[in-house]
Amino acid sequence: MLMQVDRQSAVWSGMPVAEPVLEVRGLRISFPTRHDTVNAVSDVSFSIRKGEILGVVGESGAGKSMTGLATLGLLEPPGHISAGQIFLGGQRIDNLPDRQMEKIRGRRIGAIFQDPLTSLHPLFTVGAQLVETIRLHLRLTRAQAKRRAVDLLKEVGIPAPEDRVNDYPHQFSGGMRQRVVIALALAAEPELIIADEPTTALDVSVQAQIMALLRRLCDDRGAAVMLVTHDMGVIAETADRVAVLYAGRVIEIGSVEEITRAPKHPYTSGLMGSIPPLQGRVPRLMQIDGAMPRPDAIPAGCPFNPRCAKAGPRCLSDLPPLVEIAGTRAACWLYSGGVN
Amino acid sequence: MASLDVALSVKGLTKKFDISAPFLNRIVERKPKRYLCAVDDISFEVPKGGCVSLVGESGCGKSTVARLVVGLYAPTGGAVEFGDHRDGNALSVQMIFQDPYSSLNPRWRVRDIVAEPIRELNLREGEAAINARVDELLRVVGLSPKDGTKFPHEFSGGQRQRISIARALGGEPTFLVCDEPTSALDVSVQAQILNLMRDLQDKLGLTYLFISHDLSVVRHMSDRIAVMYLGRIVEDAPTEALFDEPLHPYTRLLLDTIPNLEAPKRARDAAAGEVPSPIDPPSGCTFHPRCPLANARCKAERPAILSVGDGRRVACHAVEEGRG
Ligand SMILES: Nc1ncnc2c1ncn2[C@@H]1O[C@H](COP(=O)(O)OP(=O)(O)OP(=O)(O)O)[C@@H](O)[C@H]1O
Ligand SMILES: Nc1ncnc2c1ncn2[C@@H]1O[C@H](COP(=O)(O)OP(=O)(O)OP(=O)(O)O)[C@@H](O)[C@H]1O
Ligand code: SF4
Ligand code: SF4
Ligand SMILES: [Mg+2]
Ligand SMILES: [Mg+2]
Repeated sequence: MLMQVDRQSAVWSGMPVAEPVLEVRGLRISFPTRHDTVNAVSDVSFSIRKGEILGVVGESGAGKSMTGLATLGLLEPPGHISAGQIFLGGQRIDNLPDRQMEKIRGRRIGAIFQDPLTSLHPLFTVGAQLVETIRLHLRLTRAQAKRRAVDLLKEVGIPAPEDRVNDYPHQFSGGMRQRVVIALALAAEPELIIADEPTTALDVSVQAQIMALLRRLCDDRGAAVMLVTHDMGVIAETADRVAVLYAGRVIEIGSVEEITRAPKHPYTSGLMGSIPPLQGRVPRLMQIDGAMPRPDAIPAGCPFNPRCAKAGPRCLSDLPPLVEIAGTRAACWLYSGGVN
Repeated sequence: MASLDVALSVKGLTKKFDISAPFLNRIVERKPKRYLCAVDDISFEVPKGGCVSLVGESGCGKSTVARLVVGLYAPTGGAVEFGDHRDGNALSVQMIFQDPYSSLNPRWRVRDIVAEPIRELNLREGEAAINARVDELLRVVGLSPKDGTKFPHEFSGGQRQRISIARALGGEPTFLVCDEPTSALDVSVQAQILNLMRDLQDKLGLTYLFISHDLSVVRHMSDRIAVMYLGRIVEDAPTEALFDEPLHPYTRLLLDTIPNLEAPKRARDAAAGEVPSPIDPPSGCTFHPRCPLANARCKAERPAILSVGDGRRVACHAVEEGRG
C-alpha cells in the first residue's frame, strides 16, 4: 500500500494529490536563421491533469502547434527545444532519444491533427490500420486486435462498425474520417491526447459531434487532453481550462468560466470582444488594430504593446510576469505594479 | 425587370454539373452520364443597400450561387436579374473570395492588383488619375499608399483580404458578393474586416450578398438569411426572426450546434448525422434522414418553399401541417 502512504504524505505536505499527466515547464522553441535564432515559443509553462481538457487558443502563428509538436517529439529540424522541460506522468520526455519517443507516441500520447487524411494511409482499410497500431503497442492477437478495432469504431460513433472496419479512408465522409483518426489515437489507451484543430476542416454540426465525443472520452477514460483551436466558442463548450498564447508566450491561463466571463489580459478581452455575439446586437465589433508580430519582430517589453490601448512606458521596456489574479493568471503590468 | 428597390432578384436558379466519367470510360464501362445538382431551383431577392446571407453546411451550394450571381458560371436554368442603379445604369457587381492568398496574383505589385479593374473598366483617364484612385482605395481599406509598391506575400492574411476588398471597390461596384471573406482569418482580424465592410456599406451604400458558414458572423452582418440544404433554400427569414424562432428542423439543428460563448451548452447531446452525398440525394425532403419530424410523406414528397407570413418562407411538410 505504498500508494496510499504516498497520497497521505502528499496531502499532509500540502502538495496536489494527483500528479499532472503533462507538465510543460519554461518551454522555448527556437529556429536558427542566417543571422541569429528566433524563438517561436518562449517560456511556456502549463500542466494538464487526468480527465482534464486544456484549451490552447491564439492567433495564427502564436505557437500553438509548435507546443503540441514539441510535446510529441515531432518538431521539424532546424526547429528545436532550446530551454525548458516536458514531463509525462512525472517522467521527463523532452530529452529522450527518437527511438524511445516513438514508443511513447501512440502508446502514451495520442495525436489528432486538423486534416484526417494526413493521419490515415489511403491504401489500407481503416481496420488494418487500427489493428497495426493496436498490435504495435499492446500484446494482443490479430483476432483480439480486430475485435478491439471494431469496439473502438463503435465507441467513436461509427454506425455498423463490423462492416465499416473493412472500408478504405476515402469511403468515409470528412467527419467520419476524423472519428477514425480519433479511434486510432485512442487505440492504445494513451494517457494524453493532443488534438490540434481537430474540427477546423469540418462542418459545425459535425464539429459539435466530435467535440462531444472528445469530452465524453476524456470523462470516461480519464485521459488528459490538450485541445488546440482558434475558436473560443469551442473552448467554452469543451475545455476545463484555457491557455491564451500570444507571440509564443502564455499571456493568460485559467478556468474557462473565469476567462470567458471576466478576461484579465487586454488581449484576451479584445479577443472575446471581437467575436460577434449570438445574443443581443452590437453595431461594431471590438477591434484590436494591427496584427500579431512575427517571431523575428517581437517588440521589447510586453509583446502586445503596439496593439494595446492601455500600454504605458513600462510596457515598452519590461516583459510583464505571469501573475495570479482572482482565479486566473495573466501577464500584464496592469496587475503587477502598474504600467508607469 | 426587378422592382425599384431590389438590387438582385434570383428566380428558379439551377446549376447542374456534369460529373460523368470521361467519354471513353463511359463507353467501355457502360456507365450513364451523371449530374450533380449543386443549386436546385432557388429564388430570393436582395434589397438595395441590404445584406442577405446564405448559410449552410459545406457543399450545400453557397459558392455555386455566388459564382452564378457574378456570372462566373452559366446557369442550367432560371435567371439572375440586377436592378437599376440610382442613375439608371445597371448595377455593377464585384466578388470577394474566401482565400486572400490565392486570389491575388503573387507577381503583381499591390498597386497594379488594385488598379486592374479600374483599367479594365476604363474608370479613370490617365496614369495620374489611376494612381490617385489606387491611393484613395488603399486608404479606404486601412492600408497606406506606400503599401502599393509591395507584393502580396509581404502582407498578413488580414491585410491581403483588405487588398482584395480595395481591388473589388476599384470596380466601383454597387453590389458586392462576398464568399466567406473572413473564414481564413483570425477572429481579431475578422473583426477588423467585418467593421470595415459595415463602414463601407454605410458610406458607399453598398449591397451585399454574404456567404459564410459561421452563424455568429452572419447574424452580425445580415438583414435576411437564407438557409440552404443540398442545393435548395429550406428557410428564408429576417435575421432576428430566424434566430428567435427558427421554423425549419434543419435551421434548428444548425442553431443548436453553434458553440455559444455566453451560454455554453456543456452537456448537450450533439445532433446525429451528416450531409448525404449530393450525387445521390435522398428522396422527398432531402433532409428526412436527419430529421426528427420526418414521416412517410417527407420520404415521398418534396416540400415546396411556402410563405408563412412576416416575410418568411419555409420548405417543410411539418411546418405546413402545423406539427412543427
Ligand atoms: N521552419 C520554421 N522556421 C522559422 N519559423 C517557423 C518555422 N516553422 C514555424 N515557424 C514559426 O513558428 C511560429 C509558431 O507556429 P505555429 O505553427 O505553432 O503557430 P500556430 O499557433 O499553430 O498557428 P496556426 O493557428 O496558424 O496553426 C510561427 O510564427 C511560425 O512562423
Ligand atoms: N465545378 C464543379 N464540378 C462539379 N461539382 C462541383 C463543382 N463545383 C461545385 N461542385 C459541387 O457542388 C456542390 C456545391 O458546391 P459549393 O462549392 O457551391 O458548396 P459550398 O456551399 O460553397 O460549400 P463550402 O462551404 O464547402 O464552400 C458540392 O457538392 C460540390 O462538390
Ligand atoms: S503589459 Fe502593458 S502593453 Fe502589455 S497588455 Fe498589459 S497594459 Fe497592455
Ligand atoms: S419536410 Fe419532413 S423531413 Fe423535411 S424537414 Fe420537414 S418534417 Fe423534416
Ligand atoms: Mg497550428
Ligand atoms: Mg464555398
